[in-house]
Amino acid sequence: MARTRKQGAANIQRPTWFVYGALAAVLVASLFPFYWTLLIGSGDAGTLRDPNMSWIPGGNFIDNAMRVIENPAVNFWKALGNSVIVSTTVALSTVVLSTLAGFAFAKLRFKGSSVLFVAVIATMAVPVQLGIVPLYILMAEYGWTGTLGAVIVPALVTAFGVFWMTQYLQQALPNELIEAARVDGCNMIRTFWHVAVPAARPAASMLFLFTFVTAWNNFLWPLIILDQSNPTLPVALSMLQANYFVDFSLVLAGVLLATVPLLILFVFTGRQLVTGIMQGALKG
Amino acid sequence: MASTHVDAPAQKHTLRQRLGRLDVKASPYLYIAPFFLIFGIFGLFPIAYTAVISLMDWDTIRNSGEFIGFGNFEYVLNDRKFWIAIRNTFSIFALSTIPQLIIATFIAAMLDHHLKAKTFWRMSVLLPYVVMPVAVALIFSQLFADEYGIFNQWLGMIGIDAVQWHKDPLASHWAIATMVNFRWTGYNALILLAAMQAVPRELYEASAIDGAGKLRRFFSITLPQIRPTAIFVIITSTIGGLQIFDEPRMYDTTGNGGADQQWLTVALHMYNTGWGELNFGRASAIAWLLFLLIVVFGLLNFWLTRRLVSSDKTEGK
Repeated sequence: MARTRKQGAANIQRPTWFVYGALAAVLVASLFPFYWTLLIGSGDAGTLRDPNMSWIPGGNFIDNAMRVIENPAVNFWKALGNSVIVSTTVALSTVVLSTLAGFAFAKLRFKGSSVLFVAVIATMAVPVQLGIVPLYILMAEYGWTGTLGAVIVPALVTAFGVFWMTQYLQQALPNELIEAARVDGCNMIRTFWHVAVPAARPAASMLFLFTFVTAWNNFLWPLIILDQSNPTLPVALSMLQANYFVDFSLVLAGVLLATVPLLILFVFTGRQLVTGIMQGALKG
Repeated sequence: MASTHVDAPAQKHTLRQRLGRLDVKASPYLYIAPFFLIFGIFGLFPIAYTAVISLMDWDTIRNSGEFIGFGNFEYVLNDRKFWIAIRNTFSIFALSTIPQLIIATFIAAMLDHHLKAKTFWRMSVLLPYVVMPVAVALIFSQLFADEYGIFNQWLGMIGIDAVQWHKDPLASHWAIATMVNFRWTGYNALILLAAMQAVPRELYEASAIDGAGKLRRFFSITLPQIRPTAIFVIITSTIGGLQIFDEPRMYDTTGNGGADQQWLTVALHMYNTGWGELNFGRASAIAWLLFLLIVVFGLLNFWLTRRLVSSDKTEGK
């Protein structure tokens, strides 16, 4: 009896051809827009409107890409460099400051901690994006318009990050370890560094990835505060569209160029992103 | 443990003890201070100050304003564009939430099998999530082109007239919702998959022995079990969904939300008012109205969820 039950369970979960077929269809649907982008981006100005467009990429991709890169209005290398700087700084700082705050909320006793933590949760629901008018005025007042600092500093830490690290450290960091470190004579910051940081590492690397992707994709605020001479990639792409709407092969070649860095990152870290999303879901 | 030096207990003096106590007392506050500082200055203060500026006629050159009372609100609320933007925002939100949830549930159900190359399939549904909304919008705005777009070509092949994706309001909402769905469906499928895997396997086994088929099991066991997670997915998508900007802004080259505001959203309206017309007072009024809308919607959500959850409890045991 036990044996048939086990087999029954295995049968329920055994994938049929329909399952693989459906998943393959989803895969095709998510790849198709990129393949089509490659088709247009490797063609010429006429390809987009050609009803008999070839389904094999043309030979102009490098040419189109070079024209995008060399265009001074787009500032491609600068945009790529800026996106790397902004996303890396924001992600690193979010991880460090969130782990610090998460350690305090999860493991340290202090007056007002529960009220303050409720405040953190409440702030997750605040649409901070809507404060951009005063934020712009503030930046203009202090001469930060057009600088990367104006994009980086407001994003140095998020409520979500603090919440995420607190949740994780609560269950991943045994109190005995902290006590042992304290008995060994570690002060607070050393305890944090030698005990909390190693325990936080899995959650911290996921937080890094998510923050990096979000910062990389961020558009509204950089569009407002940065200009053509010093853009991030999404801002540069919007310039590209404004400049070349007559020749979309160039626009889409630029889109591919801007997308490839994160696709490469995804190949190496996608597994971790998947785990992060699925673990986050169980806590939520 | 990596702590290297152990202090000789005999040499403890009171200063060190005092410092130690100060360390214990002050450290937690120091650790949480950066968050509250940054959130206060760059999050809370601007939101609150938006309300102040919404009552002003702001001079962007002198970077200062004059109080004019509720004039900006009066203007915004009497402006047809604002109400169209509200309609569009909710329409796009509905079209990008409901179909997305259904497809995501289906994908999650497919992933919830003993698959070969499990990680590959999971990663493949997540792929679109890492692509910039701006890039997705640039691609899809051409796939949905009115005359030469490939979607219209395909519709033509099965004998359907070309859809005016950039002229008809509802069609443009579908196009923009498709961009949102493209990026987020796989992400949400993974969340729902996690919920499905948390369903006790005995429930399935028992019902299989009772002779329930695959579909029956899905509708009678899986769906009720993942309902809280589905609600969670909807709620988390409201805050971002009602602020949708990137996709409508990039949907055509002007970024104005269409000749007749077919796809003008509230956030886009705020941006165009603030940085197109350089009217910060009115832009703030729009931002504040959207803020209120999101808060009301959030509270409504919260209330609804609590009711649903409590009715679950009474139903259950």
